Amino acid sequence: MNGVAIEEPGPTRHAADGTPPAPPRAVRTKRGRRSGGLVRRVRTDAAGLLVAAAVAFPLYWMVLSALKPRAALEAGDATPYTLEPSLDSFRRVLFVDGFGQYLLNSVLVAAVVVVLSTLCAFLAAVALTRYRFRARTTLLVMVLVAQMVPVEALTIPLFFLMRNVGATVPALGLNHLGSLMLVHLAFAIPLAIWMLRGFVAAVPRELEEAAWLDGASGFTFVTRVLFPLVAPGVVACSIFSFIMTWNDFLFARTFIISAQENQTLPIALLSFFKPDENDWGGIMAGSVLMTIPVLVFFLFVQRRLVSGLGGAVKG
Amino acid sequence: MSAPALTARRPGGRAPGRRRGRLEPWVYLAPALLVLGAMLVYPLYQLVLVSFFDYRQAQVSGNAPLRFIGLDNYRSLAADPEFWSVLGNTIGFAAACVVCTLLVGGALAVLATRLTPWVRTVMFLAALGAWATPAVTGSAVWLFLFDPSLGLVNQVLAGVGLEGFAGYSWTYDRWTAFGLVGAEVVWCSFPFVMVTLYAGIQAIPTEVVEAARIDGASTARIARSVLLPMLRPAMMIVTIQSIIWDVKIFTQIYIMTGGGGIAGQNLVLNVYGYQQAFASDQYGLGSAIGVVTTLLLLGITLLYLRSLRRSGEVL
Repeated sequence: MNGVAIEEPGPTRHAADGTPPAPPRAVRTKRGRRSGGLVRRVRTDAAGLLVAAAVAFPLYWMVLSALKPRAALEAGDATPYTLEPSLDSFRRVLFVDGFGQYLLNSVLVAAVVVVLSTLCAFLAAVALTRYRFRARTTLLVMVLVAQMVPVEALTIPLFFLMRNVGATVPALGLNHLGSLMLVHLAFAIPLAIWMLRGFVAAVPRELEEAAWLDGASGFTFVTRVLFPLVAPGVVACSIFSFIMTWNDFLFARTFIISAQENQTLPIALLSFFKPDENDWGGIMAGSVLMTIPVLVFFLFVQRRLVSGLGGAVKG
Repeated sequence: MSAPALTARRPGGRAPGRRRGRLEPWVYLAPALLVLGAMLVYPLYQLVLVSFFDYRQAQVSGNAPLRFIGLDNYRSLAADPEFWSVLGNTIGFAAACVVCTLLVGGALAVLATRLTPWVRTVMFLAALGAWATPAVTGSAVWLFLFDPSLGLVNQVLAGVGLEGFAGYSWTYDRWTAFGLVGAEVVWCSFPFVMVTLYAGIQAIPTEVVEAARIDGASTARIARSVLLPMLRPAMMIVTIQSIIWDVKIFTQIYIMTGGGGIAGQNLVLNVYGYQQAFASDQYGLGSAIGVVTTLLLLGITLLYLRSLRRSGEVL
């Protein structure tokens, strides 16, 4: 976020006493120019704050509605604040509607996917950056293309694949969290490889030679030297894998058909939607619970978002 | 280890790590390739295969023989006016969302360059919040804001004298439903465009702009002939990335229009394929729709790869 502060061109340029071919309308007194710039700056800043308020408003409304008493919500109370915030909606959602279980399921799936996908991707990134072999470039292009595969279109074959897997290993089949872990592992790996590649490549080759001279095998070097050195990259790509998995709606909806106890957050949230009698307080409380982890992690990786990698992370 | 032994093992000055076994990179690649092969490549093959079969509930449960029907699924799609209207919906909706996202994101990126640093940070934090919001919870909040009777928007509109909006259902009419979903989509995808373009603008050396100004170029002229050409790579990336997102849209449409709107008026390709497969048990037909979506995105992806290469991303 700490963008480079932009130098105000007006006053500084005026102070430099060159004689640029300025158009006649720009000829003004020093003081007039400065106050004009100030007015303009205040105006743009006000516009910026207005935009910020508008963009943040839905999130504010979400938190506010989660904290409003249920009676006020059902009466259609539209006041933009509440004088008696209550945690009733959170309590109702967590303890009556079993949201705690779904939260746990979501955390479990995301945690397993993060650990396994990062591990697989790290090893693959090592192979793709520190070794030269014929298929290397082809594999890299395939990793890039794999990120673009519309996974939504794969719902049907994956559904049948999981059904068959479940016939032999029930824990990895439909209606079990294992099926979600498997597919998200596959969806997370390509981006993770792409991200870690740069970090692994940045570790100087001299280090590898030094480790080799000290008698470390290739594998020891990778686990003991390389892995700790790329830790920042590992953290970043873990966060991206987490967000992708956490936000998934489609596969949770498709794979967990009848096992209520194995639902994840997005599906639990959807089950709150009832024709004409939505429990908006509950929906908003659930939404807050689901949004907070992502928001926190986004703050961690915000610098990385600029480099174009952010484009890959959006459900 | 003595020095001569070391040089003896390094003919041609190659690093030691590279020479160790030809199999070593493949050992590191194995876990990732195994998962990707089983969960991405094989399903992709299955998707294409199933699209050539008559595959419905009877075949799934084994009560009827599998029948290869060649391109019949695609023929029935081509003959179905609903498919063409869904394809039109998808392209039109994606195009509208992309244009709005780019306009909003681009305008705010320019605004961001003129803001006082702390105002810019506030605006970026708000945008980060919108960006981080999961599609499911974002849809929930926007639905709540536009709820017919309890929603803030209708209450405010009715409050300022537009009585017609009291109890007005935004999801009932086809176009307002698309508008509502589109607003949510733009809200959560413009931050990527804004942040990327802002970074692009910051990367333009100030000397170039200064030089143009000293040569007497007007602000409009500088924007058109200096800034825009230099922003082209960034523009290309955000455009294509936005197209990919908005063509793939599933969650927002599914949740906000209740699975595709009244009588399927708000269906887009991904939701249509999903409904054909899992609601109507037409798995073969659903797969054919999946193939169409994949091909559409593959074309866009190829464009993306070309623009990445042009902007200097190295493999």
